[in-house]
Amino acid sequence: MSEFAVELQDVIKQFPTPEGGQVFAVNHVSMQIKNGEFFSMLGSSGCGKTTSLRMIAGFEWPTEGEVVIAGTPQGHTPPFKRPVNTVFQSYALFQHMTVFQNVAFGLEMDHVAKSEVNDRVGKSLDMVQLSGMGKRFPKQLSGGQQQRVALARAIVKTPKVLLLDEPLGALDLKLRKEMQLELKALQQRLGITFVYVTHDQEEALTMSDRIAVMSFGKVLQMGTPVEIYERPNCKFVADFIGTSNFLHGTVKSVENGKASVYIQELDAEVMGLVSGDISVGETAAVSIRPEKIRLSEQSAFNQNCFEGVVSSTTYIGSDTHVYVNVKGNRIKVWEQNKISSLDPKAYYSVGQKVWLTLFPENTLIMADK
Amino acid sequence: MLKRLRENKAFQGTILAIPTLIFMVGLLIIPLILTAIISFGTRSPDGNVIYGFSLHNYARIFGISSECQNGKSICFDPLYMQILGRSLSLAFNTTVLVILMAYPLSYFIARSHPRRRNTFLFMVLVPLWTNFVIRVYAWMMLLRTQGVINGVIGWVAGLLGLHFVPLEMIYTPGAVLVGMIYEFLPFMILPIFTSLEKIETPLYEAAADLGANPFRTFLRVTLPLSMPGVVAGTILVFIPVMGTFIVSDLLGGKQVILVGNLIQRQFLDARDPTFGSAASLILMVMTLIVTYFYTRKFGFGEEIISA
Amino acid sequence: MNPYRRSPFIRISTVLVYIFLYAPILVLIIFAFNSSRTNVLFGGFITHFGPLSMNGSTVIQSPCGPFHWFCELAKNREVMGATKNTLTIAFISTISSTIIGTMAALALQRYNFKLKSLTQVSLYIPIVIPEIVMGIGILVLFSQVFTFLNGVFGITGDDRLGMGLQTVIVSHIAFSIPFVTLVVQARLQGFDKSIEEAAMDLGANELVTFWRVTFPTILPGILSGGLLAFTLSLDDFVITFFTTGPGATTLPIYVYGLLRRIITPQVNALSAVWVMIVFSIMLLMQKLENRAS
Repeated sequence: MSEFAVELQDVIKQFPTPEGGQVFAVNHVSMQIKNGEFFSMLGSSGCGKTTSLRMIAGFEWPTEGEVVIAGTPQGHTPPFKRPVNTVFQSYALFQHMTVFQNVAFGLEMDHVAKSEVNDRVGKSLDMVQLSGMGKRFPKQLSGGQQQRVALARAIVKTPKVLLLDEPLGALDLKLRKEMQLELKALQQRLGITFVYVTHDQEEALTMSDRIAVMSFGKVLQMGTPVEIYERPNCKFVADFIGTSNFLHGTVKSVENGKASVYIQELDAEVMGLVSGDISVGETAAVSIRPEKIRLSEQSAFNQNCFEGVVSSTTYIGSDTHVYVNVKGNRIKVWEQNKISSLDPKAYYSVGQKVWLTLFPENTLIMADK
Repeated sequence: MLKRLRENKAFQGTILAIPTLIFMVGLLIIPLILTAIISFGTRSPDGNVIYGFSLHNYARIFGISSECQNGKSICFDPLYMQILGRSLSLAFNTTVLVILMAYPLSYFIARSHPRRRNTFLFMVLVPLWTNFVIRVYAWMMLLRTQGVINGVIGWVAGLLGLHFVPLEMIYTPGAVLVGMIYEFLPFMILPIFTSLEKIETPLYEAAADLGANPFRTFLRVTLPLSMPGVVAGTILVFIPVMGTFIVSDLLGGKQVILVGNLIQRQFLDARDPTFGSAASLILMVMTLIVTYFYTRKFGFGEEIISA
Repeated sequence: MNPYRRSPFIRISTVLVYIFLYAPILVLIIFAFNSSRTNVLFGGFITHFGPLSMNGSTVIQSPCGPFHWFCELAKNREVMGATKNTLTIAFISTISSTIIGTMAALALQRYNFKLKSLTQVSLYIPIVIPEIVMGIGILVLFSQVFTFLNGVFGITGDDRLGMGLQTVIVSHIAFSIPFVTLVVQARLQGFDKSIEEAAMDLGANELVTFWRVTFPTILPGILSGGLLAFTLSLDDFVITFFTTGPGATTLPIYVYGLLRRIITPQVNALSAVWVMIVFSIMLLMQKLENRAS
């Protein structure tokens, strides 16, 4: 048995445009999703994540390349012959069937004995906390409950892989957070591989074992949440996941995983860790997270230390967001409010002169794309 | 084989559409082509069709006659042109009057409480689905010289001690006009209602807020936004009025002969299918031209489906 | 501002138009209970059973009491024959056109194929041409085809092919298809395709998906399309008039023929029955509509 639950092997998917041309929805994508993994595809709309998921489900077939599920190349296998099940964004519940009938539908298709159907549907509904709701119709349920029915319907068949297409998209924030934890717990309990599509980076970071960040039909980076957040391999990923400050300049030297970039606007060289492909002479982006910048009233280091003026501040409770103008560059700094104080002087104020320290080990140098 | 079928979407679509195409081509397109072919033929003495290419049927409709008095070989006979003109003006009058009657009612329904809207609409649909012939009959009963209207007036006159000579209402152009209005009124109400219903209340409020009085609001907001409904209704009324022959037959008698009656008689009494086909084609072309220019100016909305 | 405010002008016109719509139908129904045979004037309601004196002179038997004309109608063989024809035509054409029209709606809504635009355009033709043109066309086609076949096969006398029930049914199917297609297509526009994908995802093949998921979901649309086809067929005069033959008289044709000769309260009784039936069908339609939304 294959080590991978799902593999996309250099998959291309083209769609005809109304003008008669072709558009790449998915452009040379390769992925290997391990057994029992919670894998997320993350990206904004149109990045190819849903198309990739639909190719795994069998609703679309790759123009080129191959989808392999549990070691078996799928080719043009129709959805009803694939060992995967899907939770749809719109839930796609059968309105003319009861909750029980919805969940039992898949088992019925497999000609499972009636007593076993009753048993498994019951267990599945228990698992999503909908016991006793079997006789209701989808219309009589709340959005969150409908979402759970969709989930129960997909897991009742104990698929090798569960595909989830933005399943929490229609829920309100609080319910969403709850369901995120619940889904993660469910995945661990069932031991099924989850392939999860979302545009919500926080959701992806919270739940996933690994994330594939996608844009314009391509996978930009694949890795654990920590890898993706702490070592984005390009400016797009650094910008899409969390918040980052960017400076642009020319690479001066690359050595032992460290690099130096000359920033013309600051007339200074910035040292940082190499994160992604760069080479000497190219333009590169220098990225640093706002919470990783040190703010002080005096200069502390010579390297990576810049003087600036506070241009605005926003108090948000746990943090204060300080915007510092450094020679025309607006830099965000998030200062944790570690001391409880009512005195305005305890916080940075507009017009104040400050020093920013970008520690080289917190500063990332990456391709400018 | 199954795999082929599954993957060939175009083939699946074609298979689903084929029965419809057979009916539409076989009973609509081919008949229209055949009508066109026959209209260029001539009538044999026993009423059959002799195929050929002759424009005499069309010439006859446009008034060029060879059966002339005072020895001329060719002369102008306006008979059929008069029939066409009468049909056109009747269709025009009917449409205008129907719009005037349908608009306030549609507005009333569209602006009534959503829960009552369906009931009011239902009340429009019941007469619509009461059989066409029966609806003409109802007006025969009302309009006849010894009919209900004359009866009621006579009874009132009798009470007042007045002498009353029954009015001659049936077998007049007016009777045909009333009959046509009655037959086709619902076809105007439904599309106008559909387009009026789409106008949301805040729009009226916005107009009022910006200082428009009710009359100006109607002229500048309501009327323009309901035009698609009026257009759809006009098509749904104008076209059938042009082609109907029962109303004029039963309420107009021999006094009011329309294109529909002309065509019908060619096929059943006069037995000249070639001339009837030519008249039928001219009727079709006339309605298509009117529809084309009318919809090109105002668009062809989904309101037409509502009816 | 009250959103339901309507001016007195609007209210009065509305009442007048409703009166205009309903007065003739009411008169029609009242005269179905007329005690005057000639139907010229209302002679009062038939109020008792048994022998009935009409206009003070004629005496007729009226065992049905107020429903005298309805009983006469039931005894009228021509009416019963026409009713049977009307219903036969309506049922067969409704079932056929509903199936065919639904198929076309599915094809137009979901597939791309070469003949798509031809199909679409041909479905609009019956709406933009007068019915009589279509009726004449079909009449011309059938008569030419029958003349040709009779000639080629040397069929003579009573065996000759001609217009009849079959030609009417085929024509009714043809003019009903566009309406069914339009209604079902409108329903399909709001159809969430992901429920079909969900069914397939759960192991149902295309056929099972159609019958278990797609069909039940669009059934209300198909039923209202079918009811529309049924009422259109019942109501049709023009197409039937040109495609009917001996022995295939429908009720509208029969009534028309009757009205050209005489006027009898039997027609009023027939109208009353007709209105009641149409009213019931429409209530049913309304119910379906409400359930669908």
